[in-house]
Amino acid sequence: MQITVTVNGAEHSADVEPRTLLVDFIRNDLRLTGTHIGCDTTACGVCTVLLDGTPVKSCTVFAVQANGRSITTVEGLKQNGDLHPIQVAFKEEHGLQCGFCTPAMMLVGAKLIEDNPNPTEDEVRWAISGNLCRCTGYVNIVKSIQLAGKMATAGSDS
Amino acid sequence: MTTTTDHHHPITTSEVGGIGHSIKRHEDDRLIQGAGNFVDDIVLPGMLHMTLVRSPWAHATINGIDSSAAEAIDGVVAVVTGELLAEYNLAWMPTLSGDTQAVLATDKVRYQGQEVAGVIATDPYVARDGADAVVVDYDPLPVITNPMQGLESDAPIIRTDLEDKEDNVVYEWEAGDAAATEEAFAKADRVVRVETHYPRSHPAPLETCGIVADVNPGTGETTLYMTSQAPHAHRTIFALVAGLPEQKIRIVSPDLGGGFGNKVPVYPGYVVATAASLVIGKPVKWIETRYENLISTGFARDYYMKGELAVTNEGKILGLKVDMLSDQGAFFADAQPSKLRAGLFEIVTGSYDLQAAHVTTKGVYTNKAPGGVAYRCSFRVTEASYLIERLVQNAAYELEMDPAEFRSMNFIQPDQFPYESATGLVYDSGDYETAMRKAMEMIGYDELRVEQAKAREEGRLVGIGIASFTDIVGAGPSKDYDIIGLKMFDSAELRVHPTGKAILKLGVKTQGQGHETTFAQIVAEELGIPATDIKVVHGDTDNTPYGLGTYGSRSTPVAGAATAIVARNLRDKARDIAAHMLEASADDLEWENGKFSVKGSPDSSVSIQDIAFAAYTNLPEGMEAGLEGVHYYDPPNLTFPFGTYIVAVEIDAGTGQWKVDRMVAVDDCGVRINPMIVEGQIHGGLTEGFAMSNMQSMSFDDDGNCLTAHFDNYMIPTAWETPRFELGETITLSPHHPIGAKGVGESATVGSPAAYVNAIIDALRHMGVTNIDMPVLPDRIWQAIQENAG
Repeated sequence: MQITVTVNGAEHSADVEPRTLLVDFIRNDLRLTGTHIGCDTTACGVCTVLLDGTPVKSCTVFAVQANGRSITTVEGLKQNGDLHPIQVAFKEEHGLQCGFCTPAMMLVGAKLIEDNPNPTEDEVRWAISGNLCRCTGYVNIVKSIQLAGKMATAGSDS
Repeated sequence: MTTTTDHHHPITTSEVGGIGHSIKRHEDDRLIQGAGNFVDDIVLPGMLHMTLVRSPWAHATINGIDSSAAEAIDGVVAVVTGELLAEYNLAWMPTLSGDTQAVLATDKVRYQGQEVAGVIATDPYVARDGADAVVVDYDPLPVITNPMQGLESDAPIIRTDLEDKEDNVVYEWEAGDAAATEEAFAKADRVVRVETHYPRSHPAPLETCGIVADVNPGTGETTLYMTSQAPHAHRTIFALVAGLPEQKIRIVSPDLGGGFGNKVPVYPGYVVATAASLVIGKPVKWIETRYENLISTGFARDYYMKGELAVTNEGKILGLKVDMLSDQGAFFADAQPSKLRAGLFEIVTGSYDLQAAHVTTKGVYTNKAPGGVAYRCSFRVTEASYLIERLVQNAAYELEMDPAEFRSMNFIQPDQFPYESATGLVYDSGDYETAMRKAMEMIGYDELRVEQAKAREEGRLVGIGIASFTDIVGAGPSKDYDIIGLKMFDSAELRVHPTGKAILKLGVKTQGQGHETTFAQIVAEELGIPATDIKVVHGDTDNTPYGLGTYGSRSTPVAGAATAIVARNLRDKARDIAAHMLEASADDLEWENGKFSVKGSPDSSVSIQDIAFAAYTNLPEGMEAGLEGVHYYDPPNLTFPFGTYIVAVEIDAGTGQWKVDRMVAVDDCGVRINPMIVEGQIHGGLTEGFAMSNMQSMSFDDDGNCLTAHFDNYMIPTAWETPRFELGETITLSPHHPIGAKGVGESATVGSPAAYVNAIIDALRHMGVTNIDMPVLPDRIWQAIQENAG
């Protein structure tokens, strides 16, 4: 089937099998490998991307369902050569260890602080509860997202 | 004698970023931009894809395999079976424990999920179609799902492939002194018993295992991009298994999405993909699904333990007896030193000074996946630590003593180190009392006990659990420690370039621990070169010196020591070059802040960067050019990190749900190279300990069907369930390690399960509850309450 998807601002047209999962389209067809695969069953969330701005687990979305829609992956966080505050904050607060869940965590975090720039710890924990991490115990991921919120607010004030 | 020292890091400036600085991680820049390079990200020209056909039965003979329908699918290139592998002598392979394991089953399958065939296709979806189309004719056999069944006299024999094997016993092992232990028990006023099952768990890193195997059809040169915590050891195993010349094998372990022990063994999928690439002449990629990862790769634990502690009425521990049964699965593939049939379980005497101990264990084959790995622990230490800390807590109750005071009466004292334990280990250093008092102070132990008494009067179930664990890591001294004969030293190669920048190459391999940062910090400490000027290379056997890899918290104790020593060796050479540059005697030079200066005239000095340039441009007569070296470090002993964890829980008596109110963790891992990274390691370990005590186990039904082969039923805690942690530290140096570090990656997984479970038992003990097996699910608590209420 012929589909056209806007990914990180660029339009891509492709002929895909109907059964092609969105995550495989992103990784294999577009070669954007920052989006990972961890469980195949929507449990771990490492394949999370933003579909029209909303986090979805791309292992349980067909590529054809993204036809005519807009996707943001980790590769799209950086704008005009500047890292997104969420990327800066994850490094600053040691929010990653192996880095495998990180792209998904950052996308969920970026969406959260867009809606709520000053989230409480409970709000962050609830927001990322669809995304697993085996390394960090989430402690520094929470701190990273809260710091990113503060940075984004400070950035928009200036 | 060792004491909590007045260690004085950081010594270097923040620009240099040596030991003690929480510098930001060098590996982060690529990982936060989606620019990491994991195995599944690798694509080679002409690359094919493999899916494995796996057994639906736990035990069954194979009558035949019909792959004709699969081969007829457009895009399927080949179907590999055990019969084909046998032609290349690859149907069986050695395990890390010296047993053999089927690569692809030929005679029968011995566990659900066992590898039966590999389907190679041009596309990963087509490879799966092909796997679905392979028809295997099985005759089911009776199944053994636990070691007790395996020892029954009429049990079916699982390892019919082993000549003359007439039972299912894998090994029998003992440690300590049986007679002395009997004597100690004869003197005891009371004997306290704990019988418990440490359930089967799985490390489940978020990245599953995989490989891209690339055998060059012209030269036979074989490059294997694989998820490997031990690339050098794997290269040697591949050379032995496949009979390939070792110089033609290159293993590249790129970014790893976690390991936790799961990526230590060699799995059949790696071998099948490599054989397929060899036969077909094209690169072959194999990436596990999560189901495959959980059902077939290295599990952990699964010990049935009986412990007895002999104590006096005054509260002194006299002796310890332990008997265990170990469920090994269908092949003995424990990833552990060859002389240690039960790993380092000898650490079971823990932090306590007792006269005698005796430990026996028996490993048994069952119809489950092989590969007992040390899931974020050093070879069975988690099981040992759990048992002694549960026993000690229950002994305190039996004697009507406070569990903290009972521990205090029995701790090995600081002036007893180096301490030889009743099982023959020599602990390097420790100060257990100080760590426990610190944790008690942080959590407000005395106030918590008052609150607990009040809560109990109100009918609420509140508990406080302690674990004062001793870990044992850093394998190990070559006289005792080897993996299938390969001695467990490790290595570092350091090269300082003319401009004063450096490259450090390691035999170990990070899976998220931050080696690219912390190992640069060790060099920065020793040579004064800023850590940001040092590139750390690892995970590529063509470009790093030999080493046994990263597991068992051995990177800092072994490769960290190698790094410090190779840097010191370079500093010695730098001194001679500096003497030449300053026209002074080497003996008259002082080293400080990355500079050599002439004693008494600090203005006359040269920096390490100046010296590096001179090493290539202005050498003294007769000196070999360059500033580089390699060091292989053979540790004189293991290291013994320790700490005290205290947990406060409240249980809902109506539902059995439990919630952690407080969790305080005081760790002593010696010198902390990068405190930020150390704390991150502890956060992760405490969470994995919470998972094991709260929700995780690999479960099977009576037919050997795995009931937990997805994340929907093999539970991983989310941010929502995970407790909040409060961390503290004491610092007791390892006296034999060049920088006094002990390793920390696993302490929290080792120590914390007992703290969580002790807290639950503490909340229920007034009802007569003395044990609930992990995972302590609400229904188990509810059941225990019902049984003891009436």
